[in-house]
Amino acid sequence: MLQIKEHMRVNKLPHIWCPGCGDGTVAKSMIQAIQKLKYDKDNVTVVTGIGCSSRMNNIMDYNTFQTTHGRAIAYATGFKMAKPEMKVIVVTGDGDGAGIGGNHLIHAARRNIDLTVILINNYIFGMTGGQFSPLTPHGDIASTSIYKNIEYPFDICKLVEGAGATYIARGTAYHYALTEKLISKALEHKGFSFVEVITQCPTAYGKRNKMGDPYDLLMWQKDHAVPVEQVSKFSQEELEDKFIIGEILVRNDRTEFIEANEQLKERARSIKGGAGK
Amino acid sequence: MKSKAGTVRFMQGNEAVAEAAIAAGVKIFAGYPITPASEISEIMSIRLPQEDGIYIQMEDELASMGAIIGASMGGKKSMTATSGPGFSLMQENLGFAAMVEIPCLIVDVMRVGPASGMPTHPSQGDVMQSRWGTHGDHPMVVLSPATVTEAYNLTVEAINISEKLRTPVILLSDAIVGHLKEKIEVPEKVKLINRKMTRQPAEKYLPFATGEDCIPEFAERGQDGYRYHMCSNVHNELGFPNDSGHDAAERMLKRIHRKIEIHQDEITFYNTFDVEDAEILIIAYGCVTRSAKDAVKTLRQEGIKAGLLQLQTIWPFPDKIVRRFTANVKTVVVPEMNLGQLISEVRLNSCAEVVGLNRADGLVISPQAIIDKVKEVK
Amino acid sequence: MRKELVLSGYGGQGLLMAGGLLGEAATIYEGVNATNNQTYGVTARGGESRSEVIISDEDINYAEIEHPDVLLAMSQSALNKFGPSIKDNALVIIDTMFVNDVSCVKNSANIYRFPITQIANEQAKKTILANVVALGIISALTGLVSKESLEKVILKRAPAGTEELNLKALNGGYLAAKL
Repeated sequence: MLQIKEHMRVNKLPHIWCPGCGDGTVAKSMIQAIQKLKYDKDNVTVVTGIGCSSRMNNIMDYNTFQTTHGRAIAYATGFKMAKPEMKVIVVTGDGDGAGIGGNHLIHAARRNIDLTVILINNYIFGMTGGQFSPLTPHGDIASTSIYKNIEYPFDICKLVEGAGATYIARGTAYHYALTEKLISKALEHKGFSFVEVITQCPTAYGKRNKMGDPYDLLMWQKDHAVPVEQVSKFSQEELEDKFIIGEILVRNDRTEFIEANEQLKERARSIKGGAGK
Repeated sequence: MKSKAGTVRFMQGNEAVAEAAIAAGVKIFAGYPITPASEISEIMSIRLPQEDGIYIQMEDELASMGAIIGASMGGKKSMTATSGPGFSLMQENLGFAAMVEIPCLIVDVMRVGPASGMPTHPSQGDVMQSRWGTHGDHPMVVLSPATVTEAYNLTVEAINISEKLRTPVILLSDAIVGHLKEKIEVPEKVKLINRKMTRQPAEKYLPFATGEDCIPEFAERGQDGYRYHMCSNVHNELGFPNDSGHDAAERMLKRIHRKIEIHQDEITFYNTFDVEDAEILIIAYGCVTRSAKDAVKTLRQEGIKAGLLQLQTIWPFPDKIVRRFTANVKTVVVPEMNLGQLISEVRLNSCAEVVGLNRADGLVISPQAIIDKVKEVK
Repeated sequence: MRKELVLSGYGGQGLLMAGGLLGEAATIYEGVNATNNQTYGVTARGGESRSEVIISDEDINYAEIEHPDVLLAMSQSALNKFGPSIKDNALVIIDTMFVNDVSCVKNSANIYRFPITQIANEQAKKTILANVVALGIISALTGLVSKESLEKVILKRAPAGTEELNLKALNGGYLAAKL
């Protein structure tokens, strides 16, 4: 078994994350998934945007770009078209991926381009100091909602499902072994794959919402997660303050975007004298 | 019909841009529909798949700009095309391309603004935005065609400059040149420049180290251990956020400017007409050049010593050229289809008095308007 | 020699296409210079449409038309809009199916009336080829571009399978104007 440091830029440590942050746990799950799949490091590209989660690829020994806020999926789309043989992973957060970059997320899902998007949901804008995000629960306290958040979050997995993603899963930092398995399956899925990972931000979210230390936040994840296989055992009421973990959707009825382009090229070449005359 | 120089075609400016881009090796186009630039997208969607390239219609212009940068990071030549409103949306990622030194071509077919403005009517209102649209201090190269032939040739130049200098380049077209059809001899072959590739082995490769030319070397990813980082922050030679203090930060930012400055002469394109003995010099760019040419012809027939300097490169501003051609004239007239943009730069560099002629109502400045202005200031 | 033509009518009558064909025939097959530009309203169908063609044996720089030598009007509103600005002694071609009031046109103009859309229907069974009928008429009346050059460009540009119909429409217009 390889150690994860074999896939890390050890000289870029220490990382920027606060003690108790869940981002490092996700990084470990992701690296272990890649190692177990025996991907060549040269053949893996990790694209990020802006935010705490986006600093993840600084310390990973892959091809790495840290781009602009919310746009990682757009950059990754372009990169994948240029380098279709590569595994291209986007690591994003709830602000970067569900807020400013939400449009790119749904359209990449719709296109079914072969990217794996790992959206780390810590319910808050951490790097900028704890402002509420599109996924911050209703009624929670953030630095810009000290009178309680009056907005409602949405279920990002359902959004991506509606947009046409062909692989959707949810894990947590607490369930790190499951998260590794889900990332692994997402990476092996041909088409647009999406993994939401619920994590803790003790500094900017937990403290304001009196949820205790990182241990308590992890226990909250444990207590509120319902494995997808067990959903039927719960009533609708019981599920209200819970979230589903595991493989939420897998479908193989849509052609992947790059592959569809290869078919399109064939059609373009076969039109006599070229299209458009 | 074929001639020695190439194939004679009757072509629209937007089509010339698309065909030139393909000839210059563009393989990936990402765009979003907008008048008056949509023909470029449409033609690329037909032509690129025939050339083993990919056309992708993105969800917006932010994504289009991101996608072409990503494609270029993957080693493919890439481009987008838009007009004012979309160009505004591209600005943040355009800054990324300048900062991270990613070659790509952005075509802005100008229409009247601000906001939705007059979507089908021409303008030259994006001159300052093309230079300063993104935040911070950044270099920018902007070329502006006046004819369909120039649209073709300058597209090729723009792509070559972007590859050579590792920088985004903007082709600032307009709704007149973009939609006008005229005769063009499409060359059989065009000169191609590809970005400089590194010869350093991966363990020694520094993605942002440069020699005296200030241009970094590129390494193909996916092989031989070239797993390097690129980030949007002010960065060090390794591509990671700068960790060596403010002097190092300024050195990096000054280098990307110096990279353009030391190559300014070779990226400065211009034309002159009747300038030798001119007393009044018209300085024009883009579609207004067409009117200025006719105006000079008529003025000369009437015995008035008028000349024309057409700037094809507008940024970096051709300061030396303007100083040289204004040295012996009495007055300079700058006709622009905006309320006065490039004229400020002309004023900074002109040896003679500078007078503007402006129009921002969506109509072209006519030769007669230029003739009248020249007579007024003579 | 510089001649300025305005082809005008409703959006959807194929006037933008006709202007392009005329310009292409002039540049590629007649060896002169031509420009073609277009203006259109926000509606793809029904709105006012105008295609401008300049044909010249000299360089064409400024390519806007203020006072056309030739005006094709395939709608009453187009004639009302562009009729008043024509050159003295200009040639005006109207489609009698859509235009009946020519009072806005200068007295010096030479007005030619043809049932252009009807000819398209008779010759090619397609009213949509009225634009090609109009090209035949322009060729016959002005001589700026020969019928042969237009035939070549039509064969090159017409969608596969419609070449014969297009040539019939062109010829129909040409003959109507020559008679």
